[in-house]
Amino acid sequence: MYQYDTFDHQLLADRVAEFSDQVDRRLTGALTEDQFRPLRLMNGLYLEMHAYMLRVAIPYGVLSSRQLRGLAAVARTWDKGYGHFTTRQNIQFNWPRLTDVPAILQALADVEMHAIQTSGACIRNVTIDPFAGVAGDEIADPRPWAEIIRQWSTLHPEFTFLPRKFKIAISGAIEDRAAVRFHDIGLRVIRNDAGDLGFRVWVGGGLGRTPRVARELRPFLPAAQILGYLEAALRVYNLHGRRDNKYKARIKILVDEIGIDAYRDQVEAEWHAAGGPALVVPEAEIARVADFFAVPDYVTLPDATVELARWRGADSGFDAWMGTNILTHRAPGYAAVTVSLKPVGGIPGDITADQMDAMADLADRYSLGELRATKEQNLVLPNVRQDQLHALWSALRSLGLETANKGRVTDIISCPGQDYCSLANARSIPMAQEISRRFADRRRLDTLGPITLNVSGCINACGHHHVGNIGLLGVDKRGAEAYQLVLGGDAGEADSSIAQITGRAMTAEEAVDAVEVTAAVYLDRRQDAETFIQTFRRIGVTPFKEAIDAAR
Amino acid sequence: MPLVKLNTPGGLTAPVADWPLLAEDAYVPPTGPVLVPLATWLAGRDTLKDRPDTGVWLAAGDDATALGDDLPAVVAIRFAAFTDGRGYSQARLLRERLGFTGELRAVGDVLVDQARFLTRSGFDAFQVAEGSDLVHFEAALGRFSVVYQAAADRATPVVALRHPSYWSAAE
Amino acid sequence: MTQQIVTASRLADGRVLFRAPEGWSTDIHDALVFTPEEAAAAVTRAQGEPTRVVGAYAVDVDDAGLPLLGRERIRVFGPTVAPYAAQLEA
Repeated sequence: MYQYDTFDHQLLADRVAEFSDQVDRRLTGALTEDQFRPLRLMNGLYLEMHAYMLRVAIPYGVLSSRQLRGLAAVARTWDKGYGHFTTRQNIQFNWPRLTDVPAILQALADVEMHAIQTSGACIRNVTIDPFAGVAGDEIADPRPWAEIIRQWSTLHPEFTFLPRKFKIAISGAIEDRAAVRFHDIGLRVIRNDAGDLGFRVWVGGGLGRTPRVARELRPFLPAAQILGYLEAALRVYNLHGRRDNKYKARIKILVDEIGIDAYRDQVEAEWHAAGGPALVVPEAEIARVADFFAVPDYVTLPDATVELARWRGADSGFDAWMGTNILTHRAPGYAAVTVSLKPVGGIPGDITADQMDAMADLADRYSLGELRATKEQNLVLPNVRQDQLHALWSALRSLGLETANKGRVTDIISCPGQDYCSLANARSIPMAQEISRRFADRRRLDTLGPITLNVSGCINACGHHHVGNIGLLGVDKRGAEAYQLVLGGDAGEADSSIAQITGRAMTAEEAVDAVEVTAAVYLDRRQDAETFIQTFRRIGVTPFKEAIDAAR
Repeated sequence: MPLVKLNTPGGLTAPVADWPLLAEDAYVPPTGPVLVPLATWLAGRDTLKDRPDTGVWLAAGDDATALGDDLPAVVAIRFAAFTDGRGYSQARLLRERLGFTGELRAVGDVLVDQARFLTRSGFDAFQVAEGSDLVHFEAALGRFSVVYQAAADRATPVVALRHPSYWSAAE
Repeated sequence: MTQQIVTASRLADGRVLFRAPEGWSTDIHDALVFTPEEAAAAVTRAQGEPTRVVGAYAVDVDDAGLPLLGRERIRVFGPTVAPYAAQLEA
């Protein structure tokens, strides 16, 4: 993975000193809260319901064991002993003191981490496929490009006070696991007919109160030209995006209002006026960064077919886990393992400091010292030898981290909701917990097969409910919590869709029952081996609506 | 409000009196110092451009490239709120697209914490609050010794420091 | 008759505070109960303590002095869900 050179270290040291000074000036009153708020947000520091919340960037979700130990130390020393992985491959701490934040940032800097641009109206942490570099279906590794974009966007002087936040995602594989069409800019790695590497560029996707599937900005952009092109795209947005209404300030609204063709014309004109195709990332820099992501020295191994079959036959828990939490690896004899942070009745994405340390040890022992954070709020051990899978699973079991539910209905994505978040209209976590308990039975999970279920506590959609096959949106009904059920969302590039509303908002109990009814309709109406989303697409929302209404 | 200017290498002048911003459609006084709105400038450019103490101020929504080739000696970009970042793009367009070499002032809601972004985008003069602490402003200007991007200030980006041979070939 | 308390966040650590007879308290039981007019005045006064408290506002309470709205109750009593750490210990 990427390692800082002296320049990267220096910039981070300068930034820690700057923010420490800003905190000092706030504490002494030299800065008002109105002046300080955008500055602290630009460094991931929120003031939430009960305390400050610090969001730490995990650049494109890639994490070393050393960094994870660093995060564990932060949780233990300055927080309440746990952290929360977010839907944007970051981690949040819920209880830091403002006065401790400079020390936390210094501790993070020591392990090459930071909170830069994890909030605020600026370019946020770039997100990518959590299986980058190891997936069997990869076209090219998006990590070097994510790192190049990370550096370019860090403290970008022109784009630090944008109309609104700006999120970029990159997908490098056949299957889009980065939701590229639900980002302000989505980049899909492709090769053109000549075999040159480039990006298909999507723009104006997003969730929130106006969900949009991104539109195509450019069918092919040579990879090395990415920064000049992004600079043009951002400049047009910075100058022309709406600033009169924060709910209309995202780039998706600009694209809606002027049209994708007009936006594209402006971007192309700006790009060419600024130098256009001549603005390239130097080949030597691409090579330097790519070197950090070189294919590791995998041991030459056969697939461990026989041993795995034996272990699976002997142990149903291991068998279930193998059935759900393993992804085909590019190297024979290896596997990419998802470690679910969704135990039955647990808080999605929460992890204790002790579990972080233990996971770091397991990464060292079984996965070449590396982990990934996923937008599904799980962890990935990307490089596990198949003949060590059973040993790894046994170790995970002793940590309570062996839940076999990746991609199943209990692999619930959830925002913190009103238990923590000052924007929320309703609680999210208790909903996730109750659904998780209801569907805990393994046979039930297997019968239902792949389903995504997302819970958001408000219309800002941090739980990505718009792209859940099943989504729950918390709303405020005259001071009481209520939940709207939506169905049919899909985050993948090929079949991107926004979930449809099924009806009026319900009480928490009714909403959980409605999820049960939804599952029952699917099982009743599915044909052959259809997945939930396939059945939904064939029969539409009406049969679900009718059954939910009938049950109420 | 007073104005401070950037000196090479990175220090600031003592505050001097700023030029007033003339309102849209207001009567243009026969002599300056004054900064006129973009529309006023474009309408009366033939006479205004010969006045050494008359410049232009841009509102956030103005098209900086409309200034074209006939550039005044002083341009001010007004930040109605420091969170409105259009002025950074306007500044870069002025410097990098139009080749403006005159004085570029940031006026309005200008905070010390913006200083570095402003200079990197091409500003070299800043309106500061009465009695504001220039020590903080200078500290903010000198805060970062490393930059990741090329911008209007011609600071050498890290990529050029990492690959000096590439950069000299490209220059 | 509407009764209110005044709450804010402590600048230094973000903890929830309540306007008490003597300054601010982290304990809801110390909270002064105000009329809406008195509460509005207390909110205004809190703006005079910018290095101590942030975001003061008034909250409607019942006769026991506890907030009427669920959101405000969560703010008083903390998250309704135990963090994972606590679940493991349980």
